[in-house]
Amino acid sequence: MTTSQATTGSVTTMEHEAHNPALLHHFSDAQQQKNAASLGMWLFLVTEIMFFGGMFCAYLVYRLAHFNAFAAASQQLSIKMGAFNTAVLIVSSVTVVLAVKAAEVGKRKLLVGYLVVTVLLGLTFLVVKGFEYNEKFERHHVPGATFKFTDTFDDNGKQIPVNPKEAELFFSIYFVMTGMHALHMIIGCGLFSVLAILSWKGHYTPGYFTPIENAGLYWHLVDIIWIYLFPLLYLISRHS
Amino acid sequence: MVEQQHEVEGDLTVEHEHTTHSQGFYLAIGAALLVLTATTVAAAFVNLGPFNPVIALLIATIKATLVIIFFMHVKGASEKLTGAIVVSGFFFLAILIALSLADYMTRSWR
Repeated sequence: MTTSQATTGSVTTMEHEAHNPALLHHFSDAQQQKNAASLGMWLFLVTEIMFFGGMFCAYLVYRLAHFNAFAAASQQLSIKMGAFNTAVLIVSSVTVVLAVKAAEVGKRKLLVGYLVVTVLLGLTFLVVKGFEYNEKFERHHVPGATFKFTDTFDDNGKQIPVNPKEAELFFSIYFVMTGMHALHMIIGCGLFSVLAILSWKGHYTPGYFTPIENAGLYWHLVDIIWIYLFPLLYLISRHS
Repeated sequence: MVEQQHEVEGDLTVEHEHTTHSQGFYLAIGAALLVLTATTVAAAFVNLGPFNPVIALLIATIKATLVIIFFMHVKGASEKLTGAIVVSGFFFLAILIALSLADYMTRSWR
């Protein structure tokens, strides 16, 4: 149920006029409504943690079983692009939290501005990711019939050949994990685009901006997942 | 009518309960996260033997904790239940990983 429905559908008696229009009838006050929404959002985020947790667990098991191949394959990824994207996501998390702050103090234009910047940063991340994927296709590092891997594991100057099948396993996990993360980024960009339009139309007031807060929580979680993905995928045994 | 007017204000009190921090504070946390990112990249190129992944995960966990506490406002959450759910999420994740590895890492013992 949206805010506008609640507003138009309920103002019938004097008693109802006295309510904050964003307050739904089954909540006793705005704080309770906000707590309920926040609790529901956190429950969803916990399911997301378990969803990505399964993939992190698979990554861990195969990394321990085929360390040399994972290190050799990881060294084919671009640290520059990965680190740049990490920075982009961190800055976008800052703009999101500033957007929530702008909503809290009722600065509508500032709120829209921060949301738009967040979407642009999210798109920047996806474009960089696209270039990375393109490079993987060009070098036949995409798992499948055309997969080729000839690089070796550098063990303190000693070149140890690795099983291409094990390297392919790394790239399978790389594509599934970064792909699922990118899907979440696309959803987040869509969310913030809609919220930017609704904010521009003045849907959110200092008394009601829960959707901004909850979309922010989602965005931060996606940021946290990348914070773990970056060292785990890009930075295996880089020192040799 | 006067009393109802008062009620409206009462309903909107949630806006005065600021859970957010100042803009400067958020920028400082953002800067700390960027510095930690640079640190994790730099640390990856230093040979620390078995401690390389440990350091990498430690820095990632510090970063995640900063985001969860200060950006996601877990500390300022009025509901204790929210905190309990966050902790339970990570608890079950720990069970998932610990029990899986307890299996896979002990298979070669025979």
